[in-house]
Amino acid sequence: MIKKILIILFFSFNANAALEVTIAQGKVEPTPIAITQIFGADSDTARYGNTLRQIISNNLTNSGLFYTVNEDLYIQSDNLVEKVPRFEDWKLIKAQFLLSADVSKIDKGIRLRMRLYDVFNAKEIEKLQLTIPDENLIRRVGHTVSDIVYERITGETGYFDTRIVYVSEIGPLDQRVKRLAIMDQDGHIDSHQFLTDGKNMVLTPRFAPNKQLITYMEYKNNLPRVYIYNLKTGEREIVGDFPGMTFAPRFSPDSQSVVMSFSDPNNAANSEIYLMDLNTRSRSRLTNDSGIDTSPSFSPDGGRIVFNSDRGGSPQLFIMDKNGDNIKRISKGKGVYGNPVWSPRGDLIAFTKLTQGNFHIGVMDTNGNNERVIVRDFALESPAWSPNGRYLIFHRQKRSNLDGTGGEVTIHFIDITGYNERIIPTPRDGSDPAWSPLL
Amino acid sequence: MFKKLFMLIVAGFFLASCAATNTDQGGDVDAASASTTSSGGEITAGTQEDLIVNVGDRVFFEFDSSELTVDAQATLDAQAAWLMQYPDTNITVEGHADERGTREYNLALGDKRAFSVYSYLAQAGVDTNRMEYVSWGKERPEVIGSDETAYSQNRRGVTIVSN
Repeated sequence: MIKKILIILFFSFNANAALEVTIAQGKVEPTPIAITQIFGADSDTARYGNTLRQIISNNLTNSGLFYTVNEDLYIQSDNLVEKVPRFEDWKLIKAQFLLSADVSKIDKGIRLRMRLYDVFNAKEIEKLQLTIPDENLIRRVGHTVSDIVYERITGETGYFDTRIVYVSEIGPLDQRVKRLAIMDQDGHIDSHQFLTDGKNMVLTPRFAPNKQLITYMEYKNNLPRVYIYNLKTGEREIVGDFPGMTFAPRFSPDSQSVVMSFSDPNNAANSEIYLMDLNTRSRSRLTNDSGIDTSPSFSPDGGRIVFNSDRGGSPQLFIMDKNGDNIKRISKGKGVYGNPVWSPRGDLIAFTKLTQGNFHIGVMDTNGNNERVIVRDFALESPAWSPNGRYLIFHRQKRSNLDGTGGEVTIHFIDITGYNERIIPTPRDGSDPAWSPLL
Repeated sequence: MFKKLFMLIVAGFFLASCAATNTDQGGDVDAASASTTSSGGEITAGTQEDLIVNVGDRVFFEFDSSELTVDAQATLDAQAAWLMQYPDTNITVEGHADERGTREYNLALGDKRAFSVYSYLAQAGVDTNRMEYVSWGKERPEVIGSDETAYSQNRRGVTIVSN
C-alpha cells in the first residue's frame, strides 16, 4: 500500500546534531524557523509546493519545538535552494533556521530539493533531494521533510512520518458503534481511513513494530477475542482462539509474538498473561495468581514486561522478566493504576492512575521512581508513546448525563513535560489511540 | 444477542401499551421501564420478559468486586429454579463494569462477574451446556451517567435468554 519514497542524500553532514533546541525539564521555548515558499515552475508544481509547505509548517509547529515565522515579514523572497541566503535579512526577522525548497516534474514523478540553513551561524546544515515516484505520496513527503528538519535541529528522532490507529466511535453511549480507523499522526482528513465496518465492536488496537500488523480485540459473534489486522492485505486473523476471552494484546518488539490476557474458564475466568508465538501458535502462560493480570507491555529490548495486577488488593503496576519470573511491584503512589506502557526509549513507563475522583496520566522510571503526572481529568485513558518517546497520545472523555448527552471522547497529544496539549482531529469521536513506528 | 433482548423488550412494551399513545418508539427502552410497563400485560412463560418481571434478570456488584452479595445469591437461586422449570431455555450471562476503571481491567472484571453468576447457577444445578457467559467490560452501560447512581446499576451480571 505504501510505496517507498526514494531518498537521495546528495550532501550529508555527519557531524553530531548541534542541539540548538535545549530540551530540559519544563517548558521549551519554540525555535523560530522561516519556511520560504516551496517553488514550482508551473501551477501544478506550485500548488504541490504550497501543500507541502503547509504540511511541514503544521508539523513543526504542532511539535511545540518550533514556530514558523510569519511569511509577511520575509524580506528575501528568492528560491534559496541554489542561492546563498542573505542571512542578515533572516536574522532581522529573528528566524533562527531557514528552510527553502522547490519541486519540479521529472520523468518518473516529482523531484523535491531542499536546503536547511542555520541563520545565526550563517551556514547550510542540510541539503537533500527527494525523488517522489507518485504524487499521491505528498503527505508522506511533507512528513519526511519535517522529520529531517526536526532531527537535524533537535538531535532527536522525528515522528511525523507515522500513523495512528484508533477506535472511531459513534452512537448512543449504551450502543456505541466502534470501528478501527487509521490516519496520519496529524489526523489530517485526507489520510483518514476506516479499517472495519462497525458490525462488531473493536477495542484496543496496537501497532506491530514491523508496521504491517495491528493487534486488537474484536467481538465477533459476541466472542471477545484477540485478532491481527494485516494492513497490506486487509485480512483479519484470530490469534486468541481459546475457549475464553482473550484481550489486551500487544506485540513483542520483534513482532513475532503477541502478549495478551486470557481469561480461562478452567481458571475461574481469572485473567492471566500469556505469550503467543505467531509462527508456531504455541502459547505460554506467564502469570499465575488469583488476581487479575492484564495490560502487558514489553520493554523495547524484549527482556521484561510491565503489567497491571490487583494481586495486592487494588490494581497496581508490576514488572516481570519475559518468562514471568521476578515479579516486582513498581507503582508506589496512592490510587488505582492501569494501562502501563513502556516507552520506546526504554527509560519510562506511562500509566493511568485513578485517585480522588480523577484519572491521571503520568510517567515513572521503570523501577517506579520519579512518578510525575502529566495530565489530570475526570476520564483519561490509553496512553501511547510517540516512536521517539517524547510525546504521548491518549483519550479524554467528558462526563455523561442520564439523558444520554455528554460522554464525548477525543484523542489528545501532549509533550511529556506536560506542555503543548492539543486535540488530534477525528471525523467522529475517537479512543484507544496507538502510534506506529516511524515508517 | 443484545439486539434480540432489545426487540423482546420492545415487543413486550407494545403488547402492554397498545391502548396508550406511545411517544417513545424510537427512543431507548430500558429493561426497568419495560418490565414495569409490561407487568400488567400478558407474559409468555419461559421468556426473557418472564425472567425480568417474575424473577429478576440481573444481579449487582460492589465496586471492583466480583463477589455475589446475599441479594445477588437470592436472585440467582430464583433464576436457577426458573431455569429448571424451563429446561429448553439456554442463557448467556453478561458481565459488566462501571466506567471508573481502564477498559482492559474492566473487561477482566466483567468476565469474573459473569463467571461468578455462571458458576453459581451451575452449582445450583443448571446444566453448563445451557449456559454461556461473556464480558462487556464498561462498553455497554445500562444507565448512562457519570455518577454513583449510574455506576451501581452498571456493575451487573445479566442473564439473557438466548433461544
